[in-house]
Amino acid sequence: MMDWSPIFISMKTASLSIFITFFLGLIVAWGLIKLKNDTIKIVLDGIFTLPLVLPPTVVGFFLLYTFGVRGPIGSFFLEFFAVKIAFSWPATVIAAVVMSFPLMYRSARGAYEQVDSNLLDAGRTLGMSEWNIFWKILFANALPGIISGGILAFARGLGEFGATAMLAGNIAGQTRTLPMAVYSEVAAGNMGEAFNYVIVIVIISFIVIFIMDFVSIRKEKQWK
Amino acid sequence: MSNKLLKVNIQKKLKEFDLNVDFELEKPCLGILGPSGCGKSMTLKSIAGIVDPDEGLVSLTTNEENTYFDSDNKINLKPQKRNVGYLFQNYALFPNMTVEENVAIGLPKNHDPKIVSDLIKRFHLNGLEKRYPRQLSGGQQQRVALARILAYSPDVILLDEPFSAMDTYLKEQLRIELVNLLKDFDGFSILVTHDRDEAFQFCDEIIILDEGKIIAKGETYEIFENPKKVQVARLTGCKNISKIEIVDDYHVKSLDWGITFEVSKKITPNITHIGIRAHDFSPAEKDDVNVMDTKNATKLEMPFEWEITLENGLWWKREKLIYEHKFVIPEYLKINPENIILLEE
Repeated sequence: MMDWSPIFISMKTASLSIFITFFLGLIVAWGLIKLKNDTIKIVLDGIFTLPLVLPPTVVGFFLLYTFGVRGPIGSFFLEFFAVKIAFSWPATVIAAVVMSFPLMYRSARGAYEQVDSNLLDAGRTLGMSEWNIFWKILFANALPGIISGGILAFARGLGEFGATAMLAGNIAGQTRTLPMAVYSEVAAGNMGEAFNYVIVIVIISFIVIFIMDFVSIRKEKQWK
Repeated sequence: MSNKLLKVNIQKKLKEFDLNVDFELEKPCLGILGPSGCGKSMTLKSIAGIVDPDEGLVSLTTNEENTYFDSDNKINLKPQKRNVGYLFQNYALFPNMTVEENVAIGLPKNHDPKIVSDLIKRFHLNGLEKRYPRQLSGGQQQRVALARILAYSPDVILLDEPFSAMDTYLKEQLRIELVNLLKDFDGFSILVTHDRDEAFQFCDEIIILDEGKIIAKGETYEIFENPKKVQVARLTGCKNISKIEIVDDYHVKSLDWGITFEVSKKITPNITHIGIRAHDFSPAEKDDVNVMDTKNATKLEMPFEWEITLENGLWWKREKLIYEHKFVIPEYLKINPENIILLEE
């Protein structure tokens, strides 16, 4: 009998992490393009992009260092909330968010930069609040790029393995996500079980890409 | 329109030059004429609050004085608070919104829908309410952009090269439309352009800007008739400009054309150049004043004028009718002494 828990864990992790990554990426990219100081811009851009270029295990190492029971954030949570972050389900979300964030952030930033800055200034001279300018002009006109960034980030989160293994481990029923399950089954010689998980991942990925593309094409057709 | 006053004093360091613009506006329309990259747009953007000047003062007095920017008192109002409409070169319509939504964007949420429908009618946009900007022609886009600005009922309208991206036919039609619209507008409008015809047509007063500095300021007619400076003469469309050597009080020698001219005004030592408008030449006899021969002159036919270039580089433009295709260049040309414009560098 196939163990369904990796599917549920992966679905939970991927959905929560894309939710966090999506909005965090949008807001951080917005904040960054508004920065006037170029040096700070370059430094921050480097930090936000780093997880994309580092090997996932190295990112996992830093995360474990920060969120582990002796790390600054890990020990704080343990002391004040009596919560252990490392090797628990939230750790899978943290790993997925950190690893998928650069894709979302960079796509959003690129998409924003494609939007004619006169549009934003026009909004300002027409009395629109900065928040309205963000949603109704910047976000709305950058949507196609933002959606493709979202797809990439979701795929990255769903497929996250290295950093998750370091920070969350591979605890069956708790932190064993689909990629972990594939690895564990293959390691145990159960190729059939592994194949089932692989099929599930392929189907989920395909459905998500299909839905997001469908939404963006319909939206674009309306005004292009 | 009485008692309204717009004060603008802007200093800003730019890469190529320092922008330093200072003027006060009481009449409804001002034109800023200058070559591209002279700081015209930067001036408008500073008035609108899109760009922050380094130093200066921008204030608008209607019933009371509203300070938009004052570096001494650290006042810098956001563009949202300035009530200044800005017509962008590319109109900056929101591509994701319909005509109706674009026009209504500057209005409060609970606005009277009649405001929008009235503007749509006034700008002849009926039937286009649900279209997106991409589906409109250039002229329609400009009307939507203007309707959107007027919906916001601004005190000042800034027009940034509104016709630069249009073909000639559309340009002429839209100029007339815009002139009529601005007549009805009860506020200040400032038009920025590099086209002397536009500046002449729209504005009672103009400022001429070059490398961030005002080089002439005043009544439009006065500046076109008596440009005083070389740059101003060039920008107001004077085709023939030459460096000179002063011969005596009423005679100068052109260094570029090798001719000595008699002028009608006494020459002061600060005069370094003369200008001759291409339309001011006339056929002459050999022994007239300020005469030159037309040996080896070349002619170019335009629909409504002949463009003749003399051997020494002088340009003469002579009007013609559309069906005239033959023209014999007279042997001699002259220029009246009062048509020679004295200029300083």
